[in-house]
Amino acid sequence: MKRKFFSDRDKLEPALITIFAGVFSVLVGVGLIFIVSKDPVQSVRNFLLGPLLRTYNFYYLLIAMVPITFTGLALCIIYQLKYTSLIVDSSFYSGAIVATAIGINVSLPPGLHPAIAMLAAGLVGGLISLLPAILKIKWRANELVSSLMFNYVFYFIGSFVILYYLRDRNQTILASMPFQKSFSLPKLVENTQLHAGFIIAAVFVVLVSIFLFRTRWGYEIRITGANPKFAAYAGIPVATVALYAHFVSGFIGGIGGAVEMSGLYRAFIWQMNPSYAWDGVIVAMLARKNPKFVPLSALFLAYLRVGADFMSRRGDVAFEFITLLQGLIILILASDKIANYFKERRLKRAALSHDLAAQASSAGGQP
Amino acid sequence: MIKFIISVFSSSNYWFIVLRSTAPILLVTLGAVITEQAGIKNMALEGSMLWAALTGVIVSAATGNVWAGFIAGIAAAVVIALILGLFALKLDANAVLCGVALNLFSTGGTVFVLFSLTGDKGISSSLASKTLPFIKIPFVENIPWVGKIFSGQNIIVWISVLAVVVIHIMLNKARVGVRIRAVGENLEAAKSAGISPNRIKFLTLAVSGVLAGMAGCFLSMGYTSNFTSGISAGRGYVANAAQVVAGGTAVGAIFASLIFGLTDAMATYLQNIGLPPELIQALPYVVTILGFVVITLIRDRKELIRKKKLFEKDRAKPLASGLGA
Repeated sequence: MKRKFFSDRDKLEPALITIFAGVFSVLVGVGLIFIVSKDPVQSVRNFLLGPLLRTYNFYYLLIAMVPITFTGLALCIIYQLKYTSLIVDSSFYSGAIVATAIGINVSLPPGLHPAIAMLAAGLVGGLISLLPAILKIKWRANELVSSLMFNYVFYFIGSFVILYYLRDRNQTILASMPFQKSFSLPKLVENTQLHAGFIIAAVFVVLVSIFLFRTRWGYEIRITGANPKFAAYAGIPVATVALYAHFVSGFIGGIGGAVEMSGLYRAFIWQMNPSYAWDGVIVAMLARKNPKFVPLSALFLAYLRVGADFMSRRGDVAFEFITLLQGLIILILASDKIANYFKERRLKRAALSHDLAAQASSAGGQP
Repeated sequence: MIKFIISVFSSSNYWFIVLRSTAPILLVTLGAVITEQAGIKNMALEGSMLWAALTGVIVSAATGNVWAGFIAGIAAAVVIALILGLFALKLDANAVLCGVALNLFSTGGTVFVLFSLTGDKGISSSLASKTLPFIKIPFVENIPWVGKIFSGQNIIVWISVLAVVVIHIMLNKARVGVRIRAVGENLEAAKSAGISPNRIKFLTLAVSGVLAGMAGCFLSMGYTSNFTSGISAGRGYVANAAQVVAGGTAVGAIFASLIFGLTDAMATYLQNIGLPPELIQALPYVVTILGFVVITLIRDRKELIRKKKLFEKDRAKPLASGLGA
């Protein structure tokens, strides 16, 4: 199986391009550091090695993988369907709010408590995720535009709920009441923040892989994405497929929000939307829409982010430069010409040599 | 409630704010309209605005000349739009994803540059940037109610009105408008008529960059007098929704952006009577979604009626070729 993977050019070449995008963006990052930093060598060292040299940072790296794995998985499903909706941002954020409400107000035994919260958050996230899909299917409204509008709306609704119903008024900063003890996920390693959410995320990687590549539903999603007209002729209910794909995607996003709350925090303390959906875009694209590779690309992105965070705390380079690099990565990965560079070259060569062999007949042989 | 509404609508200050908050949306909506007419979606308007807002502030502070900042800001916005074109048109990238990428690039990039220059991530107040002039109109400013609305507005408000006229002429009266629509509606036909689609698309992207650039400069050098991180606040996205409401015309863009401007200005007032600000802030976006849905609904219904008529006409003739696609 492994051997076949590496001998298959059609699979190897996209992987090379993906690696190129990653390496290129890191190089650009290093270049930027050299431009702005007063002590560039130390800053680059902190950026590239910071996540690995300190145990604390290493655990932080693993924790940072969790939310972007969830949003990355959610977006893999959306991208398999060839939609561009970013509504998973709302699903994630609202999922966190729902989990907060349950974490504060409901009393349940440990274990069951976060599980119920995740389920509720998933349901809410799934339902929210349907909105832009419905607008698209019924009225052909561009799903990216409407999802971005919805993201603002749900963000404001979420902060309204926190402020008016869940806020701890004894705190000077904006924070919700503390969660009940039973709500917290267990820690995996003593004295670190690494929580059981990491395992849950891993389970979801497997589940989503199975869902997309081993079930009829996943198959229908992929066929609909590849060619909606063909799918419709083949008797696949295209609209229904789009709807349940969005529901599942939002469900995963919502669970991600709940996991983040019960794993990492003792109260809701986000001062603004962390917008993990945008990171999910890169994770899903680096993984080439394949859930199997989501952990790998989440690891890469988390590595960049933790490195940048570490560097910015100890130096004079702003953390935000990582967002700039993320934009670059998407730009490169979104370009078909770059993605198919090797393939096109190979085809051209083959066509050319074929032409030479045939010598005559070809009229205007340029492809 | 009715009394409140009347008091708001009769206040000249309300209409002053409406004009002020409509202007930047109007400019970017025009930008979205013109690229959409050429068949390319410019999602990078948000990024264009951000770079324009930052570049304007930096250059005007460095040179001490507000117009130098204004020009530089517009140039930065155009560069972003052209990068989108480069990737979407030359490298066959998905234009929507490229837009998303460029916005991410811009959100991070502007904060990165701001921090590297000033050591502050949030606001550019340490830079002595200039503001674009506010126009007092002689005579008009003395008219009681009207004067307070129209006099004292920033020059960009008037430029945005001018932009409507220019874009309207460009789309409807000039030859380039025919070409733009030809490229947007039927690429192959346009090609065979000797029009280079990519050139037209690049042109519309550049124009949308100029418009977004003016809007961005307005935000940091008129609407407020600083650059703050994320200053565009999703206006570039709103423009893409408003573009649908506008129905592809410059005049429609006025109505579409007024919807946003009216609710945005109303939000300030509703806050004053004690409604929760979070819900009020969501209002402009909700209204935009509603407008977006209602318009597509109406458009589709019209389309349906048109098709039905065609169908009936076809049935009247024997041997008609049918509905077609």
